Amino acid sequence: MGYNPDKPMDGRISDLGPPYYEKFFPPVIKANKGKWLWHEILQPGVLMHKSETGAEVYTVRVGCARLVTVNYIREVCDIADKHCDGFLRFTTRNNIEFMVDKKDKIQPLLADLKARGRFPVGGTGAGVTNIVHTQGWVHCHTPATDASGVVKAVMDDLFDYFTSMKLPAQVRIALACCLNMCGAVHASDIAILGIHRKPPMIDHTRITGVCELPLAIASCPLGAVKPDKATVDGKEIKTVKVTVERCMFCGNCYTMCPAMPLSDPEGDGIAILVGGKVSNAKSAPKFSKLVIPFLPNTTPRWPETVSAVRKILEAYAKDAQKYERVGEWAERIGWEKFFEKCDIPFTEKSIDDYRLAYTTWRTTTLFKYTSHIK
Amino acid sequence: MAKHETPLLDQLESGPWPSFVTDIKRQAETKPVCWDILGILELSYKDRITHWKHGGIVGVFGYGGGIVGRYADVPAKFPGVEHFHTIRVAQPSSKYYSTKNLRQLMDLWEKHGSGVTNFHGSTGDVILLGTRTENLEPFFWDLTHDMSQDLGGSGSNLRTPANCIGQSRCEWACYDTEEVCYQLTMKYQDEIHRPAFPYKFKFKFSGCPNDCVAAIARSDISVIGTWRDDIRIDQAAVKGYIEGKYPSNGGAHSGRDWGKFDIEKEVIGLCPTKCMKMAGGELKINNAECTRCMHCINVMPRALRPGKDTGASVLVGAKAPILEGAQFSTLIIPFIKIDKENEFEELTEFIEKVWDWWMEVGKNRERVGETMQRIGLPAFIKVMGLDAIPQMVKEPRSNPYVFWADEEVPGGFERDVQEFRRRHAA
Repeated sequence: MGYNPDKPMDGRISDLGPPYYEKFFPPVIKANKGKWLWHEILQPGVLMHKSETGAEVYTVRVGCARLVTVNYIREVCDIADKHCDGFLRFTTRNNIEFMVDKKDKIQPLLADLKARGRFPVGGTGAGVTNIVHTQGWVHCHTPATDASGVVKAVMDDLFDYFTSMKLPAQVRIALACCLNMCGAVHASDIAILGIHRKPPMIDHTRITGVCELPLAIASCPLGAVKPDKATVDGKEIKTVKVTVERCMFCGNCYTMCPAMPLSDPEGDGIAILVGGKVSNAKSAPKFSKLVIPFLPNTTPRWPETVSAVRKILEAYAKDAQKYERVGEWAERIGWEKFFEKCDIPFTEKSIDDYRLAYTTWRTTTLFKYTSHIK
Repeated sequence: MAKHETPLLDQLESGPWPSFVTDIKRQAETKPVCWDILGILELSYKDRITHWKHGGIVGVFGYGGGIVGRYADVPAKFPGVEHFHTIRVAQPSSKYYSTKNLRQLMDLWEKHGSGVTNFHGSTGDVILLGTRTENLEPFFWDLTHDMSQDLGGSGSNLRTPANCIGQSRCEWACYDTEEVCYQLTMKYQDEIHRPAFPYKFKFKFSGCPNDCVAAIARSDISVIGTWRDDIRIDQAAVKGYIEGKYPSNGGAHSGRDWGKFDIEKEVIGLCPTKCMKMAGGELKINNAECTRCMHCINVMPRALRPGKDTGASVLVGAKAPILEGAQFSTLIIPFIKIDKENEFEELTEFIEKVWDWWMEVGKNRERVGETMQRIGLPAFIKVMGLDAIPQMVKEPRSNPYVFWADEEVPGGFERDVQEFRRRHAA
């Protein structure tokens, strides 16, 4: 018995929701939920949590590509069956966590992970953990860059920071392959963001069938999409036009209207934003700020992006104080110093001219002398 | 499906980070459709542009979300990925799994799909990446009948809620994020599966102000744990940190020599409200001045813990930049108890009030945070039946443009200009 296409509604079950989480708890977690007292990172990628019952749970954190196969997940299951009583979990940042209830179970687990070759241990404390990212060219219809490939290239380069804890604080890197930001990169220490730079083309031959014109017109936050007429096969049709000078390349019109594609090999690429944070610790959450407006999509390893991220990370590692997040560091030294210390040219493209732009303009005599002042 | 040459992707097989290319190649040996996934991706690497078409509305009967339709724009070259729809499967709270459950899900995906997945999507679901339209109903049948599991959300509906690890393995969680996330996900199955909103809507549940699930940055309703009594202090453990017996920040900085731990500099000096001091060899906290940022607790986890009278702050309206610019959530309810006994009634009442208002006044594709900006926070507060309190703003407004109401001004707005003129010649 299975699905019967002749009677699609027969025996249908719906609205079951997710499985109840508790049945997936490792025994030590189930027994100690709500009783944890403190934790400590024993070595990069290995955490210990102590319970008021005296119990301990040891967690080994492993970096995962996120874009993974059935084969891979089965291997993850093999590891959890062998070492962790058949349980595991994933983190918000796409890491895998293997948990054991005795200290002497850590080394065999670590040795097994190492021998398998594709399960790097790390991503804890004052280091670089896994990059949260989106789909990119492997599945999405609106991307301005790939996701998994850029992440692979950047993480290969920063691997040493994944397996160590020598930075001033944790550094959260995130990638979103277009401005829709499925990956919510707008509050990351370093954000890698796919951007478009060419306005949409209008496919007059398609627009009538696939597009609700009022929605396409309303989709533009700057009113750049206007009603228009065009001739297709000798017949006049209703369509739209784009006031190019007003376009900020957000791509929202393409989301609403498939007849307005804007992706382009030369137009598309990556912007780098830095200094965001989500946590409320010490200072309020901050948005990431645009410091590099464009880097090209140089496949397959995005060397310009890889080196830009490394440069920022190293300047931060050298200069920031203990506990200082990237954004806190930039605010303490001043953004003019940030650009100088990171050796990033400042351009007018880093000056906001969208909504609420004025709130970011400097309305004080307080500034530092840097090489920018000639 | 034949193997394609992938000279560009092959260059992503080297290096220490796990390679998705190697993984998909290995999978292709038993799932040949994976050759076409690599083939079309290689073409994108060559052309530096996506090869997926816009749109394609597919789904399972009775649901308006959970499946994202996708078609290749080069189907003749890569017939295996002509249809490449995504299935979102609702994840369990905190993303714990048994291997039995994962293996069963992988068997289903091997049978009905490409064998490629995301663990996980940004919102939290398990993403099963790539299948044909005719496989959707059989997959859904097996998922619901064999595994008693379900799809997540997509489109203009409630997206699959997500939570931090919570009390299951964190000493700082101020409420049971896993339980709230599960119960509200169950309560709102209809809102998850059948789009009725102006746009997407997200809940996220973080157990403390460290906000590990990024609720404040990306969820329309952000529920973030906090407390209203005193930080618990173990003075002996404070001494332990001062004496260097315990590593600062739970060992997070152990990879570099930062010198001897200095409580004045690293804890007291970095406290944003300067509400701490050492006196008589003990750490004193003026809790009335504390804003509960977590820094001191993060640095000395053995010595300090959140208080015992715990609950959550509720903030509303976060989103990424599309369209009006990025927004963090705004603090609306400073503290509520999160109580399983009454089925989280205070929270669900509030959520439903927000929905009622947003569904009435929200424009198409307008997130609730944008609606709040357009209509104004004072109006929002009024509709929610809340009193305006200073905790809702960073600072008072600096302009005098108050929308006074007729009934607030003695005599009201109606006046007689003729009568006015009798006393004031024009």
